[in-house]
Amino acid sequence: MLEFLGRLLGTSDGSKTKAKERLRLVLVHDRSSLSPGLLESLKEDLIKVISKYMDIDESGLEVNLDKSDDSVALVANIPVKNVKRQGKGK
Amino acid sequence: MGKVIVITSGKGGVGKTTTTANLGHGLAALGRKVCLVDADIGLRNLDVVLGLENRIVYHLLDVVEGNCTVSKALIRDKQHGENLVLLAAAQTREKDAVNPDQMRDLMKVLRKEYDYVLVDCPAGIEQGFRNAVAGADQAILVTTPEVSAVRDADRIVGLLEATELHDPQVIINRIRPDMVRRGDMLDISDVDDFLRIPILGIVPDDESIIVSTNRGEPVVNDQRSRSGQAYRNICRRLEGQEVSFMDLQGENFMQRLLRRIRVGAANR
Ligand SMILES: Nc1ncnc2c1ncn2[C@@H]1O[C@H](COP(=O)(O)OP(=O)(O)OP(=O)(O)O)[C@@H](O)[C@H]1O
Ligand SMILES: [Mg+2]
Repeated sequence: MLEFLGRLLGTSDGSKTKAKERLRLVLVHDRSSLSPGLLESLKEDLIKVISKYMDIDESGLEVNLDKSDDSVALVANIPVKNVKRQGKGK
Repeated sequence: MGKVIVITSGKGGVGKTTTTANLGHGLAALGRKVCLVDADIGLRNLDVVLGLENRIVYHLLDVVEGNCTVSKALIRDKQHGENLVLLAAAQTREKDAVNPDQMRDLMKVLRKEYDYVLVDCPAGIEQGFRNAVAGADQAILVTTPEVSAVRDADRIVGLLEATELHDPQVIINRIRPDMVRRGDMLDISDVDDFLRIPILGIVPDDESIIVSTNRGEPVVNDQRSRSGQAYRNICRRLEGQEVSFMDLQGENFMQRLLRRIRVGAANR
């Protein structure tokens, strides 16, 4: 009802729509920056978990957050030296 | 054992000091013992908002450095006396003259004597912020319905997590119902959608705040003002009461008129 009236008066598309969209994008980016400390401990944990299943080249490990305009992905590049035989892991 | 609550925001000028002063007065009016701590070292302000600027002798650094006892440095409020006291900030020193461990120790002492210790945090995320949040049990974030303020508030939520201050609550300050209604200001649910933390209160943009700050008498004591009502509601929520939010956005012309008439009648 209120919106209908707003549209009638030509006021419903105020600057708020723009503010919301800009805020959404800015927060996606802000929230996606990991602190160096967090990144380090994420790497360590990754190495621990993955080493259970395969030998990896720890020095070549790369972990990054890949940001595009409206999404964020965790991208890890982990060079594998050798895959452990099944049953032998753990 | 009392609660230490830090009032923080990230962005400057959104209303931390105003909030601290009003919650202090409001809680004292509810019969609580309250200590207000100005942690904005170098930019002391809380004393002026409270109208206590002429009474300050010692400040926070005097206490931390052992120049005087805690009780000697606490300034009693004109209205509430011993039940509302202020520990002023040092004006001529740097923010790094005190460290988080010293603040934690100080809060330990104050917590024993007062039901509420409210810490007015400086803007920013540096040393002053770290000092102010050290020793706090709880955090109240103040923001305005603007992109930059909400963004900074979001950053603070993250930083508070890192310092083990989980579950902060937010006060949305300076809401302008007319602007919300015509779609030119983020509304409460918008801010809620972004921050996703409990809303402790909403405060309208109100001239009476400026008038009362001019006088050095917090607006929460003004029974007629909308913002005063907002702060009184927040105090009752802090006390665990359930108080519904003021209608700052839906109110139309007729409702406004009716409210005026009702307020007018109540004051007669
Ligand atoms: N709801 C309101 N309506 C109108 N004016 C307000 C409101 N809240 C705060 N103000 C005004 O905004 C100004 C800034 O407020 P305040 O000093 O409390 O902000 P702050 O967050 O403590 O600032 P700083 O970051 O510099 O410490 C003051 O002049 C105050 O009177
Ligand atoms: Mg301030």
